[in-house]
Amino acid sequence: MSGLKWTFEVDGNDFTRAGEASSSLKKKLRALGVSPDIIRRVSIALYEGEINMVIHANGGTIDVEMTPDRIDMVLKDTGKGIPDIEQAMQAGWSTAADEVRSLGFGAGMGLPNMKKNTDEMRIESTVGVGTTVYMTIYIS
Amino acid sequence: MTPVEFADKYGLRVIETGCGEERQIEGAYCGDLLSMVMGRAKENDAFVTVMANVNTIAVAVLADVACVILCEGIHFDEMSLSRARQQEVCVLESDEPTFRIALRLGKELGLC
Ligand SMILES: Nc1ncnc2c1ncn2[C@@H]1O[C@H](COP(=O)(O)OP(=O)(O)OP(=O)(O)O)[C@@H](O)[C@H]1O
Ligand SMILES: [Mg+2]
Repeated sequence: MSGLKWTFEVDGNDFTRAGEASSSLKKKLRALGVSPDIIRRVSIALYEGEINMVIHANGGTIDVEMTPDRIDMVLKDTGKGIPDIEQAMQAGWSTAADEVRSLGFGAGMGLPNMKKNTDEMRIESTVGVGTTVYMTIYIS
Repeated sequence: MTPVEFADKYGLRVIETGCGEERQIEGAYCGDLLSMVMGRAKENDAFVTVMANVNTIAVAVLADVACVILCEGIHFDEMSLSRARQQEVCVLESDEPTFRIALRLGKELGLC
């Protein structure tokens, strides 16, 4: 079944714009009357993924599809990839550079937050090729 | 208590009013690591921090907190403030340390 679809381009060089996709999706979901709890989970998961695309890769594309029973988000970048996904998923693991740590990133909590706030999450990554994160939140 | 009432009572500066006259502070979270805040802050918390950049505002919006309280006399830059204005985020500033603001919030919330 095909539902509502949105695509967001994420600029890999601009920290100040990171968060735009999640803010924009949040507004759309609110206008559609999606429940606040679902909106909050979508916003948090998408923001963390979006920031990772900026600080660990060089931006990319986010595709969101919403049907009456679920919201699917696909975040695709062509960055350096994740060598050990299991390690990356651990709370506290971070390879963030000092300059982004000084902006408040690098707690190593982004991927765990994404996992916690979604019903399904899967990462596909190839070193030197890029990373794709698939996240699903059920609405009902 | 609303963020603006809290500011008036304890002498914090209201930098952006946003929705700070309507929302009630129902809890509080102190932190500077943004994804920690993202994971732990609850809706309608006062978010107390020393991290002053545009991503602080983004986290405040997405975590749906009642206000941002910037401590230690630190200031937001104009870009962050204009983002706060657009998104109706209430921003307060204080010269006091995070712990002291936390104590004041704790008192108002009946936690200490
Ligand atoms: N899109 C990505 N491309 C390459 N590496 C990534 C990507 N996303 C995450 N990583 C790797 O996984 C690690 C853990 O990510 P996570 O989001 O949990 O923490 P962080 O981004 O380092 O810090 P925080 O999210 O707490 O600010 C990162 O430090 C990085 O090494
Ligand atoms: Mg992260």
